[in-house]
Amino acid sequence: MRIPPAVTQRAAVGLMWALTILTLGVLLFIIAFILANGLPHVTWTFLSTSPESMGRAGGVLPMIVGSLWVAGLAVLISAPVGVATAVYLTEYTREGRLTAVIRFGADCLAGIPSIIFGLFGFVFFTITLGLGFSILSGALTLAIMVLPTIIRTSEEAIRAVPKSYRDVSYGLGSTRWQLVTRVVLRSALPGISTGVVLSVGRSISETAAVMLTAGSALGFPHSVFQSSRTLALHFYVLSREGLSMPNAYATASILIIAILLINLSAYALMRRFVAKVV
Amino acid sequence: MKEKAIHVVLMLLAFSAIAALAVITAFIFKEGVPIIAKVGIKDFIFSSDWYPLEGQFGIFPMIVGSLAVTAGAMVLGVVLGLACAVVLTQFCPQGMVAVIKPSVELLAGIPSVVYGFLGVVILVPLIRDYLGGPGLSVLASSIVLGVMALPTITSISVDAFQAVPRSYREGSIALGATEWQTTHRVILKAARSGIVAAIILGMGRAIGETMAVIMVAGNTLDVPHSLLDPVRTLTSNIALEMGYSAGDHRQALFATGVILFVIIMILNSIALTVSRRRVRKGAAR
Repeated sequence: MRIPPAVTQRAAVGLMWALTILTLGVLLFIIAFILANGLPHVTWTFLSTSPESMGRAGGVLPMIVGSLWVAGLAVLISAPVGVATAVYLTEYTREGRLTAVIRFGADCLAGIPSIIFGLFGFVFFTITLGLGFSILSGALTLAIMVLPTIIRTSEEAIRAVPKSYRDVSYGLGSTRWQLVTRVVLRSALPGISTGVVLSVGRSISETAAVMLTAGSALGFPHSVFQSSRTLALHFYVLSREGLSMPNAYATASILIIAILLINLSAYALMRRFVAKVV
Repeated sequence: MKEKAIHVVLMLLAFSAIAALAVITAFIFKEGVPIIAKVGIKDFIFSSDWYPLEGQFGIFPMIVGSLAVTAGAMVLGVVLGLACAVVLTQFCPQGMVAVIKPSVELLAGIPSVVYGFLGVVILVPLIRDYLGGPGLSVLASSIVLGVMALPTITSISVDAFQAVPRSYREGSIALGATEWQTTHRVILKAARSGIVAAIILGMGRAIGETMAVIMVAGNTLDVPHSLLDPVRTLTSNIALEMGYSAGDHRQALFATGVILFVIIMILNSIALTVSRRRVRKGAAR
């Protein structure tokens, strides 16, 4: 018997929506579950003190600082390189073999798993360059890891800048570099920032790569050459070794809230960019 | 003169991505290949004996483990990921897109350790109580990895769907097809290569994931025989043992990385070739 198309249409659309709602439900559940179990334990003391007896008691201040150092430094290193790459690809060259090679590099880099970055960072930065387990090793490793994201979002943002801006700028006698810095980058800034902000999020979430490069020292980091445990790694250790469930949930809550804020601001920046350019 | 210098500097910076890729490849291979040569590539890949202290390095169970959890993850990830992409591009009012799309992206932003943790706290006990086995299993890993790979699959499929010319959809509807007939006979077909690329990149994401899998897979060294058996993947083998390894053992972990690297590169190349073909086809149109 043939099922009438109108029935299949109904059933299929219903099924697709059900699966989508299931997906959104999973997301909501993850956030709600972590925050419900963790937020009550996120107190000012927890945020502002150092851990005691391996994290069974005390707070997570050194990990917050460590995470900010590693993520901040990673993006600080990666953003100029990534934006320069995007500017080169869009403003200084035509599509050809050269751009194909550069894109191939970025695409492959984007697919490499974080544990491979960790292995590489371990043997290259900590051992070969002698940086040891340190914030700097971790940041350099993550800088390479987030580079493809920054290149891609910057390139898209720069391409979205209308051609008329360029024509006017050239018409007024500007050089290419003046055009890039004063017109193109200025208009593309919110779009570029989206990529940068998302990269900060990715760096804060990362665990495998920082475990092998930044190490897991519990002390307060005073310089970038010291080892520092990030929040994500601290959460992993706390839950894996069953040191303290309340502290694990609280640490996870901080991570989740950070990621929520980061994604929201990335989204807000993107909307501003789209509103401005289109 | 200044313009020329800027041009050169930008060009050099633009090569940093490909340079980084080259250096990473060189270092991983330099550390890992000697031990593969020493053990013999056949033994390294097909032997099930992993006794690092006795100098026996066979990663067959880990290869099977990685493939098993990835296959399982794809069942869930592809179904959910494609459903989200179809809803986002075909059935969803514009206002809802502004809610669903960022939500799926947020799913990609949640740290993998959080996924692993929830797997341990919620999924593992459920599996243990209702399906049996230790709970830490291929099944638990597949579910966690499926959810983690879903955003990749959705976002790349959405791009592929959006690249299908509007006229295809309009033509199909004008011929009297329902929305669903249009979606699965016209749009899905036209976006096929993009969807394949999306699935392959999702596979790459699943096979490369480390921390979440360590937490829910159980990490035993046996080849799994059922969905409820614990497994160890290539990635978790590296992360679990790196901390205390030295000498040949450490090299063998880099060699595990080499095998993982090769698998990822093969997947990447397939995805790149497939999506490049799409671009060319699009240009011809």
